[in-house]
Amino acid sequence: MTQYIIKRLLLLPLLLFIFSVFAFFIIQAPPGDFVTSYIAELAASGSSMDQAQVEALREQYGLDQPMIVQYFRWVGGMLRGNFGVSLDWKRPIMELIKERLLLTVLLGAMTFIISWSLAIPIGIISATKKYSFIDYFFTVFNYMGVATPTFMTALILMWLAYSYFGVSVTGLFSPEYVDAPWSLARAMDLLKHLWLPALILALDGTARLARVMRANLLDELNKPYVEMARAKGMSEWRLVLKYPVHLAINPLVSTIGWYLPMLFSGSVIVATVLNLPTIGPLLLRSLTNQDMFLAGVIVLIYCFLAIIGTLISDVLLAWLDPRIRMEA
Amino acid sequence: MEPLLSVRGLKTYFYLDEGTVKAVDGVDFDVFPGQIVGIVGESGCGKSVTIKSVLRLIQNPGRVVEGEILFRHQDEDGREKTIDLAQLDPHGKAIRSIRGAEIALIPQEPMASFSPVHTIGDQIMEAVLLHQDVSKEEARRISIERLHEVGMPNPEQRMKAYSWELSGGLRQRAMIAMSLACNPRLLIADEPTTAIDVTTQAQVLRLLLDLQEQHNMAVIFITHDLGVIAQIADFVVVMYLGRVMETGPVEDIFFHPQHPYTKALLESIPSIYAPAGERLPTIEGSIPHPFSRPSGCPFYPRCKAFMPGVCNTSTPQLKPINDRQAVSCFLYD
Amino acid sequence: MRDNPIPGSEPDAQDERFEDLTALSAGNQARIREEELEDTAAIHVAPNWKLTWWRFKKHRLALGSGLVVIFLALIVLFPGFFSTMDPQKSRAQQSFVPVQRVHFFDEGAFRPFVYGIVGKRNPETLRMEWRIDEEKKIPVRFFARGFEYDVLGLFATDIHLVGVKEGDIEEDPIYLLGTDRLGRDQWSRLMYGTRVSVTIGLISVFISVFLGVLLGGISGYFGGIPDLIIQRMIEILQSLPAIPIWMALTAAMPRDWSVEQTYFAITLILALIGWTTLGREVRGRFLVLREEDFVMAAKLSGASQKRIIFRHMVPTFYSHIIAAATLAVPVMIISETFLSFLGLGLRPPAISWGVLLQEAQNLQSVALAPWLLLPGVAVIITVLALNILGDGLRDAADPYSH
Repeated sequence: MTQYIIKRLLLLPLLLFIFSVFAFFIIQAPPGDFVTSYIAELAASGSSMDQAQVEALREQYGLDQPMIVQYFRWVGGMLRGNFGVSLDWKRPIMELIKERLLLTVLLGAMTFIISWSLAIPIGIISATKKYSFIDYFFTVFNYMGVATPTFMTALILMWLAYSYFGVSVTGLFSPEYVDAPWSLARAMDLLKHLWLPALILALDGTARLARVMRANLLDELNKPYVEMARAKGMSEWRLVLKYPVHLAINPLVSTIGWYLPMLFSGSVIVATVLNLPTIGPLLLRSLTNQDMFLAGVIVLIYCFLAIIGTLISDVLLAWLDPRIRMEA
Repeated sequence: MEPLLSVRGLKTYFYLDEGTVKAVDGVDFDVFPGQIVGIVGESGCGKSVTIKSVLRLIQNPGRVVEGEILFRHQDEDGREKTIDLAQLDPHGKAIRSIRGAEIALIPQEPMASFSPVHTIGDQIMEAVLLHQDVSKEEARRISIERLHEVGMPNPEQRMKAYSWELSGGLRQRAMIAMSLACNPRLLIADEPTTAIDVTTQAQVLRLLLDLQEQHNMAVIFITHDLGVIAQIADFVVVMYLGRVMETGPVEDIFFHPQHPYTKALLESIPSIYAPAGERLPTIEGSIPHPFSRPSGCPFYPRCKAFMPGVCNTSTPQLKPINDRQAVSCFLYD
Repeated sequence: MRDNPIPGSEPDAQDERFEDLTALSAGNQARIREEELEDTAAIHVAPNWKLTWWRFKKHRLALGSGLVVIFLALIVLFPGFFSTMDPQKSRAQQSFVPVQRVHFFDEGAFRPFVYGIVGKRNPETLRMEWRIDEEKKIPVRFFARGFEYDVLGLFATDIHLVGVKEGDIEEDPIYLLGTDRLGRDQWSRLMYGTRVSVTIGLISVFISVFLGVLLGGISGYFGGIPDLIIQRMIEILQSLPAIPIWMALTAAMPRDWSVEQTYFAITLILALIGWTTLGREVRGRFLVLREEDFVMAAKLSGASQKRIIFRHMVPTFYSHIIAAATLAVPVMIISETFLSFLGLGLRPPAISWGVLLQEAQNLQSVALAPWLLLPGVAVIITVLALNILGDGLRDAADPYSH
């Protein structure tokens, strides 16, 4: 078991290296660099820069160096905890993303809890009451959940809340807490706001997970060990929860591998629509404003979260299923 | 002597969208205490469905539609009472207190019949705890004892093993230990030796016979293998397409078969005494499709003694022809 | 197979539990035989696609979704025909005109019409306020003449499915789905947006299928080092967070690219990350098939590698690929929609569902004109239909996989 985790952890730096190259490529991809867009910005506002100033600026950010040097300067800085400065916000990137990252992870965790705690019971009920009214009902719900893009759900809910209740459901804090330091009151306020975006984000995942759970459980319910448990004289609910549900959840755990990354990165759009202070809207703004260092760091953070998601799912799976533990 | 289990006119149908499958269509047989009854028949003859009906394990879309399953239930004080299992709620408490405690099952696939993510110890202890009011420690002790009894080496360590860590033979032994957990009075073995190789098969059969003697259980043994039946059974029930063709003590069935189907079945066993080069006789045709069962005697399309106008118009009933055998065939009417 | 009322649900395996009833699966085959064919021999020679079609036909919901998809395909091919007005033409005086409901019966007779609308500017908010003018009935005509458009680049015509009396469309416009901020007809924009959004989904899936079959095939058929490399590549691509990567890549597209250039760049970007699922599936199939006796037999009889792959192996799973591809299209469509919605994908003057929904980003606009959300309904219907269709195809292609 520990060996298995260590093996997985050893892969982490390699993946991070590949992803950092990838993120760097993204930073470099747009034609020109930040200085070019800065000059354009200045020109638009009527002022200008002379060539010497431009060169000085380039030198300051190391933009005159060869690609490979720039890459290592970037990565080296990050390894020392220096993520660089956002040229758009004129603030250190670390400072910009610190709280937003926390909120992103919180939102993801909340979404995860909601979707799992909805999906598993729905899957169990649909499978054990196959072809009943409730099964059909959940099937319709699942199809709708998968077919409705999260941002549509967000838009529709926002519209309904605004036009029928006159409330705006954007943001994660009430106005008085937006810039307040952390306190219990602020945390409570956050919880009050967090559940709605989490619920919106959870719908899609709930629908997918419930379908997987239903299908897995239907498979398991037909296995001989279920009949054997019945032949031992176990009551139906007890045996379903002890055996087939346990076995049906295992493949579900392996979906965490893609579900967690999807949660974090999927929240970008909903966060933008609902104007949440997570890293998603920051990514969008940095991309539209060509603030590429910030964009690169955020993309790298998303990659990191994705790897963590896969790692968590692998470890959980090994913990739950002795057969996988053995192989590893 | 009164039978322990008496099945009368049992009918189990499966209601599928395509039509009704009459998997068991009128089955009668008795099991006496301490007797080993072998149910034999080709696959598809309804033998597994029969015993699953006895345990009321038939799931939707199947249903026990008719008949009696009379079982001599023994309560905690040892008083006996006959109850009709067919009348019980298949999910109810009454049948659950009988399953595993008084009637136990050995399934055909020991591999798939253990949960792969729970240890065998956990599953055997569970069987004990379900029916006996004992502490966990005591259940553990009983489980180890049972494992020891079925000849499991290192039973204490094996409690922690998963079923897929054991060999086929040991797995079946563990399964037998689980079935015996509560000292059942009737053990139903559903082709317990099909999934294991021949040498282990012989050991498992030996073990079953020993245990039967020690515990003085009645056993229903299901198989398509006539050789196994000859080795183990006292009494034989021959089934074909959901109906009983012939019943009788094992010697009579093997040496004086009456029903044309039993005769054909026995003829198709290869014999080492047969002259070399002779073709093995087989039963003409194949089992009819479950949706298109023949009317009348189910066997008539393949029967050598087919009497047109008789066999295909009405169904023969199982009738005793002497004090030992019973046959359902118009030849003996 | 048994009629399966829930799409995507597994074929009921209950009957298979009993060894004694295994004859049933043969029974199901026989049932197809009885129902579908007079000639029993035909089932033995029926090609795979025919068997799949027989099974698919039983899946009524999927069949209905198939009809929706066919209707979508018609819109994609002939958006001009289904439009009523020029999708790009803005009419500053007619912003946020509400949906004009079509009344089909006029005094008991089938004579479809819409009521006219009159606008008045609210002197306080300076907004146009629209109300229905029940005095004025504008008859709706079929195959009416309207703006000129070209059909598949072949010829130009001005005939539309619905319209009003000749030359009147500008005077008495009908807005089936209302107008947007700039007074453009949403219905017609939706028709043209459908073309763009659906084709982006189709083309990127087409590229994905190509890449998936090629790389998955190489990986599964040859094994060894190519397999190792391709597997690692798939793993890395799959552990990438797709949405931020898509966003970053589309943001990197030069702003001065033409609509066509961005269009193809987006399909390519979507496909580059989207092929991995298919690639995995194809690889798995090849791995299984490689061990099959008929492949060995083909090898032994001296068939070339190309022949083995394309004549022997691919035909056994192309129905799975079609099913998987059908299920991939909605993913691509949603992806394009949100990219354009965020302003990173297609940009006006291009019209796609995402571009249309950009108008709905502003809460005030939506509160004023809720019909701006209607393109989202088109997205939902399309995705729903394709998912149900794909599930039906998958079940039909492989009823025993579950």
